[in-house]
Amino acid sequence: MTVESGGATTAALQDHASQAPGTPGTPGEAGGLVQLLTPEGERTDHPGYPLDLPAADIRGLYRDMLLVRRIDTEAISLQRQGELGIWASLLGQEAAQIGSARALAAHDMVFPTYREHGVAWCRGIDPAKLLELYRGVSHGGWAPEEHKFGLYTIVIGSQTLHATGYAMGIQRDGAVGGDGAEAAIVYFGDGATSQGDVNESFVWASVFNAPVVFFCQNNQWAISEPLERQSRIPLYQRARGFGFPGLRVDGNDVLACYAVTKKAMQAAREGQGPTFIEAFTYRMGAHTTTDDPTRYRLASELEMWKLKDPIERVRAYLVRTGQAGPEFFAEVDAEADQLGSRVREACRTMSDPPPLAIFDNVYTEPDAIVAAEREQFAAYLDSFVDGEGEGR
Amino acid sequence: MADLITYREAVAEGIAREMRRDPAVVCLGEDIGAAGGVFKTAAGLFAEFGPERVWDTPISEQAILGAAMGAAMTGMRPVAEIMFSDFFACCWDYLANEIPKVRYMTGGQVTVPLVVRTANGGGLGFGAQHSQAVENWALAIPGLKIAAPATPADVVGMMAAAIRSDDPVVFFEHKGLFASKGAPAPEGHVVPLGQAAVAREGSDITLVALAATVPLAMAAAEQVAADGISAEVIDLRSLIPLDMATVLGSIARTSRLVIVEENPYQGGWGGTVASIVADDGFESLDAPVQRVTAACVPLPFADVLEQAVIPTTDKVVAAIRRLTSY
Repeated sequence: MTVESGGATTAALQDHASQAPGTPGTPGEAGGLVQLLTPEGERTDHPGYPLDLPAADIRGLYRDMLLVRRIDTEAISLQRQGELGIWASLLGQEAAQIGSARALAAHDMVFPTYREHGVAWCRGIDPAKLLELYRGVSHGGWAPEEHKFGLYTIVIGSQTLHATGYAMGIQRDGAVGGDGAEAAIVYFGDGATSQGDVNESFVWASVFNAPVVFFCQNNQWAISEPLERQSRIPLYQRARGFGFPGLRVDGNDVLACYAVTKKAMQAAREGQGPTFIEAFTYRMGAHTTTDDPTRYRLASELEMWKLKDPIERVRAYLVRTGQAGPEFFAEVDAEADQLGSRVREACRTMSDPPPLAIFDNVYTEPDAIVAAEREQFAAYLDSFVDGEGEGR
Repeated sequence: MADLITYREAVAEGIAREMRRDPAVVCLGEDIGAAGGVFKTAAGLFAEFGPERVWDTPISEQAILGAAMGAAMTGMRPVAEIMFSDFFACCWDYLANEIPKVRYMTGGQVTVPLVVRTANGGGLGFGAQHSQAVENWALAIPGLKIAAPATPADVVGMMAAAIRSDDPVVFFEHKGLFASKGAPAPEGHVVPLGQAAVAREGSDITLVALAATVPLAMAAAEQVAADGISAEVIDLRSLIPLDMATVLGSIARTSRLVIVEENPYQGGWGGTVASIVADDGFESLDAPVQRVTAACVPLPFADVLEQAVIPTTDKVVAAIRRLTSY
């Protein structure tokens, strides 16, 4: 069955973002936090990131965030019911993901971690495809080139180099500057910033001036390890040492995440090189469903972050300014219910892959050992024949 | 009789015993502190020994092994954890080029007595990048020792031997065995590396196994016993040093050999065992040597497919029947 996804980007979103001149992340932000919507839902301004989005677009961002949170909630339940092997929750990171992903052009390339369900939603990935992976019936299953969205990367941080190489490919295709210019964006977390290859990607992106945006969701925790185990300085300040701009944005503010990503991607497309965006947010759930954060962090910390919920503040803003009423919220809730039910159904009706599929796609051309193993295994399977002569 | 303990508990127990015994022993790795390790194999260490001796590190596999090497040069006995053995690929320079070469290249002046612990192997549906059995990667590197215990008591005894070894030891803890139970190790238990165990005596055929393939071989031996086939099961326990005397002694009596290994057929450790048997045990054999291995494909995510790729009891039984028909 098909599960509706959030593929269609809001056309208006692509047009109304600020195109303020200048390099992204200029020292104006040093030490500060780019914020356009406070936790209480008050709109604020930032000189570097003027933004004037029509009400429909802000409602669209709210809808995106609410729906991906529902996908997340359903997936956690499905895991608890034994329908998924594991799930990595995005709870609390909806604004960072939706805001940044809606700021991308359709032809920009995305390199995600395993937690980017909101970004996947914006790239038109059927949520059932994500569940396929976490149910263990495929290794992903979407076409990266079609969606301009790479497969989830599970080994921490390696996608930063993939993105840098891809961006260097864009450069060599001559697709920097001018019409139809492209850029890459790579998502990673605070823990990944300690990896050697991630630091190497910063060096490469910098010296080759590659059109890539490093989007770091600092959710404060790498499984059980707090941010202070990864860095003594704010992460965005590391960019300076590598020779490109870095900035910190309120990662629970969808408008700010949208604005800073829009600007950084535009700069990359124009040939101004990489930007490091540190989206300051919080992993409100466990690392994955196999983790129990009560063993290593205080409940009061979570309570504090609940007050900064990324969805609630947009709701408060929409209500206060009269840009959305009860009817709109009821509609989105109903849509979420429907989506949830479709996701559950899709998950439960997924079939196991056929046994001989294990030999597919190991090499592009037939390999003698693999072919012999396939033949042997097929014969082995055929040896289990029931009364009707049906092979297992 | 004491209660049984799990393989998982035995890992922490084995490390704790050595930490109590020798203040030079320290642990480092990701999430081994308050979290007790993602597989709970470090449970209790942080509470007992504190942050001075149990170091939660940044998420940097290269740095974990590089720092362990440096710490070992100062006389410490670091026990470094790499969360999944697949991540050896993230720190391969240290494991293949640096650590095993220090003693050799310094003419024996510098030793690095360290242990690299890691969760290895499949059977739990963790997919292509978190399920590999990679003992054979380490086997390609002279200078490393390789331990891969199959029982809780061996985990404790071999951990003691590994930590006391002046050579670097790669200690493979099998993920599929963490929940398995066995007798606890007696006080002061040490199992020297390079000493295989006869897990079951038999006279018709020899099954050579390691880590998680030991219980598979035991189950297969039990199954064929009903048909009057007496299978001997040898748990190799370690690959370097490799106890071939026990294997050759066994096939001198049984004249048949099945090797059960979880890595892919190509480049698997069983190839080395078979090669030594061809050199030194050829005259003992009445049948070809058969290797039951994983298929030469990346490990699939789906449970049903993973079982199709890795060795199973049924596959071992089929191999036994084939050889005993000679």
